[in-house]
Amino acid sequence: MASAEEIYEKVQDTLMDALGVDDDEVTPEATLVGDLGAESIDFLDIVFRLEKNFDVKIPKGELFPENLASADSNFAVDGVVTPEGIDELRKQMPHLDVDKFAEDPKVENIQDMFTVQMIVNFISTKLAA
Amino acid sequence: MRWFWIDRFVEFDSGSQAKAVKNVSLSEEHMHDHFPGFPVMPASLMLEGMAQTGGILLGEKNNFDHVVILAKVPKLTFHSWAEPGDTLTYEATLMDSRDEGGSTQVVAKVGERLVAEAEIVFVHLDHNDPELGAVDQKNFVFSTGLLSTMDVGAAGDGSK
Repeated sequence: MASAEEIYEKVQDTLMDALGVDDDEVTPEATLVGDLGAESIDFLDIVFRLEKNFDVKIPKGELFPENLASADSNFAVDGVVTPEGIDELRKQMPHLDVDKFAEDPKVENIQDMFTVQMIVNFISTKLAA
Repeated sequence: MRWFWIDRFVEFDSGSQAKAVKNVSLSEEHMHDHFPGFPVMPASLMLEGMAQTGGILLGEKNNFDHVVILAKVPKLTFHSWAEPGDTLTYEATLMDSRDEGGSTQVVAKVGERLVAEAEIVFVHLDHNDPELGAVDQKNFVFSTGLLSTMDVGAAGDGSK
């Protein structure tokens, strides 16, 4: 069982490889999109690398939420995530910091929940399972 | 003119690895300007050939049910160059493959000389994606000379 520090360092290496960023940029609070410049396609690359580096399987939509804002769900209305949507996020994605997001639950703010710490949380839970 | 930057496959091990060759010729017009007096295969076109080798390897694994799109090149290093008369070989290894896409590692060589190394990530799109025009990658591969070369097998002689 890897220690928290080992997990953090490996996540850091993963993001340095996937996003071409330096180690001092990859802080726990850094957001993948805003701070580290990730684009949607990088998420798939990150998932591939995490699977390889930690020897885990990460099914589609497990690490990064999907279809939350799609038209046929009632999880988002007029660009804002509904209370049902927030409940769903808490249920499905315990590795996300939903409390902070809930203060201003605009769809465009969803990506601010994707932090380095979020990935560390996810991997820690996954390895403990 | 179709956008082919590989001439044929010489090995094809479905879902695992593939090797394609590209013969570099002075009759290719771009070589005359790249560069005058020093014709070398443009690195960008080598990357395209490497991506075609890896992309077809991934597409074939899923029977070309998805449209395979080059999405990202996380790593690309050129160590050397290729001149007219050289045969470039692109050796692609499928590293990951899942519903959303796949990733490959591709090595380019002339003989034993290492020319380039790349990591290439592809995503899958549906054939009925409204943003996509009519794309038929199965046709792209099978309506051309690549057809027979897909039957080379793992050993290059059709055997698995």
